[in-house]
Amino acid sequence: MKQFLGFFRKELIHIIRDVRSLLILLLIPFLMMLIFGYAINMDLKNAGIAVMDLSGDDMTHEITDKLLSSGYFELQDVITDPGRAEELFKAGKVKEILVFEQDFARKFHSEGIAKVQILTDASDPNNANMLVNYTNGIIANYLLQQQVSQFLPLQVQSSFRYNENLESVYMFVPGLIALLVMLISTMMTSISITREKESGTMEAILVSPLKPWQIVLGKVAPYAFIALSNLAVILLMGTFVFGVPYRGSIALLLGLCVLFILMALSLGILISTISSNQLMAMMISMVGLLLPTILLSGYIFPIDNMPVWLQTISSAFPARYFITALKAVMLKGLRFMYIWKEILVIFGMMMFFLIVSIKKFKIRLD
Amino acid sequence: MDRERIIIVKNLVKKFGDFTANDNLNFEVYKGEIFGFLGANGAGKTTAMKILCGLSKPTSGEVDIAGFDIYRDTDKIRHIIGYMSQRFSLYEDLTVYENIRFFAGIYGIRGKEFRAKAEKLIAKLNMEDVAKTLVASIPLGWKQKLAFSIAMFHEPPIVFLDEPTSGVDPRTRRQFWEMIYQAAESGVTVFITTHYMDEAEYCDRVSIMDQGRIAALDTPKMLKENAGAKNMNDVFLKLVRPQKAEL
Repeated sequence: MKQFLGFFRKELIHIIRDVRSLLILLLIPFLMMLIFGYAINMDLKNAGIAVMDLSGDDMTHEITDKLLSSGYFELQDVITDPGRAEELFKAGKVKEILVFEQDFARKFHSEGIAKVQILTDASDPNNANMLVNYTNGIIANYLLQQQVSQFLPLQVQSSFRYNENLESVYMFVPGLIALLVMLISTMMTSISITREKESGTMEAILVSPLKPWQIVLGKVAPYAFIALSNLAVILLMGTFVFGVPYRGSIALLLGLCVLFILMALSLGILISTISSNQLMAMMISMVGLLLPTILLSGYIFPIDNMPVWLQTISSAFPARYFITALKAVMLKGLRFMYIWKEILVIFGMMMFFLIVSIKKFKIRLD
Repeated sequence: MDRERIIIVKNLVKKFGDFTANDNLNFEVYKGEIFGFLGANGAGKTTAMKILCGLSKPTSGEVDIAGFDIYRDTDKIRHIIGYMSQRFSLYEDLTVYENIRFFAGIYGIRGKEFRAKAEKLIAKLNMEDVAKTLVASIPLGWKQKLAFSIAMFHEPPIVFLDEPTSGVDPRTRRQFWEMIYQAAESGVTVFITTHYMDEAEYCDRVSIMDQGRIAALDTPKMLKENAGAKNMNDVFLKLVRPQKAEL
């Protein structure tokens, strides 16, 4: 135990002496939370639109007012010439143009059919899709109000469960935890172990009476602490700054995170046993792990929308299971019995990484 | 020779895939001698030394170190050997004192005993002024001496030095050999690999390695006589060249 403490102290000195890296590691969660919470926002706000109102009656005015008062749209221009529409799109000033046909209100009341056309700039397809949906929703709502007195055959009521206001930050908290834990636990651990191989100090430690588990634990423990402190920052900022709810059991939430950290550390050890230098360790962690964690874990792109082969690949990355389980506990308040499969997969991966590393470590430095 | 044998190697073979790094090595090292392992790069010196230190497992063969078997008694062997690699194995971002403290700690030397020994060592090395300086900023020669002293800190009866003088100027090398002599005089067995021919002259006995095999093993004086050579350089060229030519 005393030998281990000596080792641990040495590792702490390494980390503290490298002030720049330490600051980066400690500041990353703050910055990422601020960026994801405030700057990167998938929600739609104040999209520029133009209106081409060929009718100009009460009804078209009312619909336009409804749209503009929703907060999602901002009127940039009122046009009369269809050719102008193209210019506006090209200039990038408006994302959507609403065209009301002539005699809109009259046709609506006498013929029961009135036409409104929505043109969108689909160079950003997701955005265009959202604009159309929002516009449709608002117009439908308006129609509903017009027909209150009349009999309605079908009524649609939608409700967004678990994230009523569709806040992006709810999604980013689990993703960010996964990303940072991988960054610190996996990448930093693997780099710190390969650094010792490169400098030759690993040999000096291996010929000593230190046991392999003491070496590994000594190398891993400081990074586990940093990962835990980052976890605390993200969780606390999430709830106090961004109002993310933690609906499930806090113990289960923390237990899940700790398990994921342990898995990431084992993976870091495994990477260090297969890489011969720091650069290789970093490349494997970055390209092999961080990128897939961002792209394939369901953090940004929904897994269900991926082609089957990509879904299969994504199931090899632990972050996928972690994010699924974490969302379930955090936002839906699910209990252990609903996420035991994910937990089992993460646990299994951890054991696999540990067993392979121990086998590799035994051969020592061949 | 009826001197006490401290390292006994029998039929030692180490293969990496198809490549045989150590091809049936047989030798013995006596207590308190300076035993040199001489050879070109890639001759298998470092591989053999790593096996003796327990850093690598042999493919086959027997190795006995101070009565301990390297397969079974690895833990015991670790306590009685010191090791210094050609890269000096120091932490550049730790101070001189912290390096000593760390390596002493992993051999279980701490507290009062450590402080007394460390103070004596720093005084002996004349490093009082740099004790709190990062190792990265002290001269190479000092690092080398420090690395050797750290390898000897737990007073092992056997010390393995893997090309400890590579990349160091001749004057520093001579000073370093003085430290080796001092250690040998106090009864420590020194096992050293080198590719400097002049250093081979300082050893009590030298084994010349070539392509994984021991080409010759004797005192420097006998090696020169047998080969009819003036110095170790000639001995080496005579022993090693003919075999290389077969390739």
